[in-house]
Amino acid sequence: MTEMAPSSAIYGVMAEFETPGQLVEACKKARAEGYRRMDAYTPYPVEELHDVLHLHDHRVSLFVLLAGLFGAAGGYSLLYYCSAISYPLNVGGRPLNSIPMFIPITFECTILLAGLTAAIGMIVLNGLPKPYHPVFNVERFVNASRNRFFLCIESTDPLFDRDGTARFLESLDPDEVAEVAH
Amino acid sequence: MIEPVELPTKIGIGPLLGPGQNLASVSDKISGVVLNRKTTLGWIAGLFVSFMLMQGLLLGAGVLFLKGVGVWGINIPIGWGFAIVNFVWWIGIGHAGTLISAILLLLNQSWRNSINRFAEAMTMFAVACAGMFPVLHMGRPWLAYWLFPYPNTMNIWPQFRSPLVWDVFAVSTYATISLVFWYVGLIPDLATLRDKATKRFHQVTFGALALGWRGSAMHWVRYEQASLLLAGLATPLVVSVHTIVSFDFAVSIVPGWHTTIFPPYFVAGAIYSGFAMVLTLMIPVRQFYGLKDLITVRHLNNMAKVTLATGLVVAYGYMMELFFSFYSASTYEGFMMHNRMFGPYGGFYWALITCNIVTPQFLWSKRVRTNVPILFVISLIVNVGMWLERFVIVVTSLHRDFLPSSWGMYYPTVWDFAVFFGTIGLFLTLIFLFIRVLPMISIFEIRMLLPAQRVKEPVK
Repeated sequence: MTEMAPSSAIYGVMAEFETPGQLVEACKKARAEGYRRMDAYTPYPVEELHDVLHLHDHRVSLFVLLAGLFGAAGGYSLLYYCSAISYPLNVGGRPLNSIPMFIPITFECTILLAGLTAAIGMIVLNGLPKPYHPVFNVERFVNASRNRFFLCIESTDPLFDRDGTARFLESLDPDEVAEVAH
Repeated sequence: MIEPVELPTKIGIGPLLGPGQNLASVSDKISGVVLNRKTTLGWIAGLFVSFMLMQGLLLGAGVLFLKGVGVWGINIPIGWGFAIVNFVWWIGIGHAGTLISAILLLLNQSWRNSINRFAEAMTMFAVACAGMFPVLHMGRPWLAYWLFPYPNTMNIWPQFRSPLVWDVFAVSTYATISLVFWYVGLIPDLATLRDKATKRFHQVTFGALALGWRGSAMHWVRYEQASLLLAGLATPLVVSVHTIVSFDFAVSIVPGWHTTIFPPYFVAGAIYSGFAMVLTLMIPVRQFYGLKDLITVRHLNNMAKVTLATGLVVAYGYMMELFFSFYSASTYEGFMMHNRMFGPYGGFYWALITCNIVTPQFLWSKRVRTNVPILFVISLIVNVGMWLERFVIVVTSLHRDFLPSSWGMYYPTVWDFAVFFGTIGLFLTLIFLFIRVLPMISIFEIRMLLPAQRVKEPVK
């Protein structure tokens, strides 16, 4: 969730769980213990984590809305400028600002900008593309994209203590606890 | 994205997933098709045949560019021949993919999780085939960029009041959004492939494409927002695209085209033909790749139901066309309909009625819907029928102009067929490459279907 802090010796400590239920419970306990700088890794979206880890970010939606409005305004302006200002063509006295005829392209421009923003916004806000990330240093982390659930408490957390945090994670009954090298 | 659901089995045609599947098995099974499976002789043969068929497109387009559109059977009055027929046919096929991936997602139809990836790929490839035809039909295809509004030394702009220009925006937006939607859906699965890959080449390729995806909970939050928003945007988009395609016809004053029913009837027809194409492709794929546990008879049954429902809408459209031509009391409309049924192309009309209205009625029976070979044959017939429908709409409306002195006939030439079959070759080539190099079923969405993977009571 956060950028690495090179000042500490390791990136964090990671625990591996077999089921999403165990992971959610572990996250709850870690929050209760006072840890804040942590992230969970799952092979598919686990909705219960949103509340437990206080993951609330609606910026993607906001950007999409703004991009859609910009696309609509931009699209219509383009049509108006071309057809009514730059190249007015009088066909049988019909209005130059042909509103009904301008709707389809305006609509397509709205969708195009909003859709591209949804994808690019999600990728950029997630800090992707990211060629290197410390969590991949844990050997068993390859299973985070297969069938395992991970919780990583990061060393930037004020309560982080290399041994103490590892002991805490051990107490949550994980399959394995590993240190995450930078 | 969607709540993992209990899999109802009571309807008696089996569950969504075969028995004994878990997180590891679905991940390994689907990614194994790409990573571990040896390239089979069947795949090579299929790709070879498709690739050879695609050479028809190369040859047809080459001759076309050298000599001009005169090599096709088009003339005046039939200025729109195969090119437009094929354009509408292909783009309609594409629409089922968006329907499956976007609309069924919004409607919480989790059975779509097994088929959406494949259907989206089909959409993109179909749109690629469709997009070529208007450009080929242009006569001077190297000037295709004139369709886009860009400041130019001629000091003119495209005619934005023309549906043909709307089409440019609709189809290019549709192609772009389909690609983006497909890629966003692929990112977590590309990460799975990256993590499971053992060969350096696979690790680097899938690693680069996965953008460093690591399944972080925060990332999933934004990911789901983006997916839902894309689905919400693609839903009206897919309706708008075929509506605008139908405007190409409906906004004109040609009898047989100038009808208010065209937009909904075209959209239904598009979904109808698209679902038929998904069935045509899915049935062999699940057979040859051993994916019957993931794409079950229940999926085929559901798709057959959608095919039947949209087929009935299409049938309603045909009946209304008939009724309008009578009720309008317009001589030209009446003549057009009579000529469509009993004129020189009458046989095509009755063939399309047989393929599109009569054939899908068999799908009322559950025995037919769950009988895979029969379903496959029906889907092929519907594909043919929908192509015939576009042929009848385009050609029979044009070939009898208002004045008998302007009447004509349209006979497609070998180059019409070369380009048409060539695009089928292109489509199949892309499908073969897709199923070999990318996961054809969305792995992470299948994981969400597994009932055991729900967050249950906390583990002590």
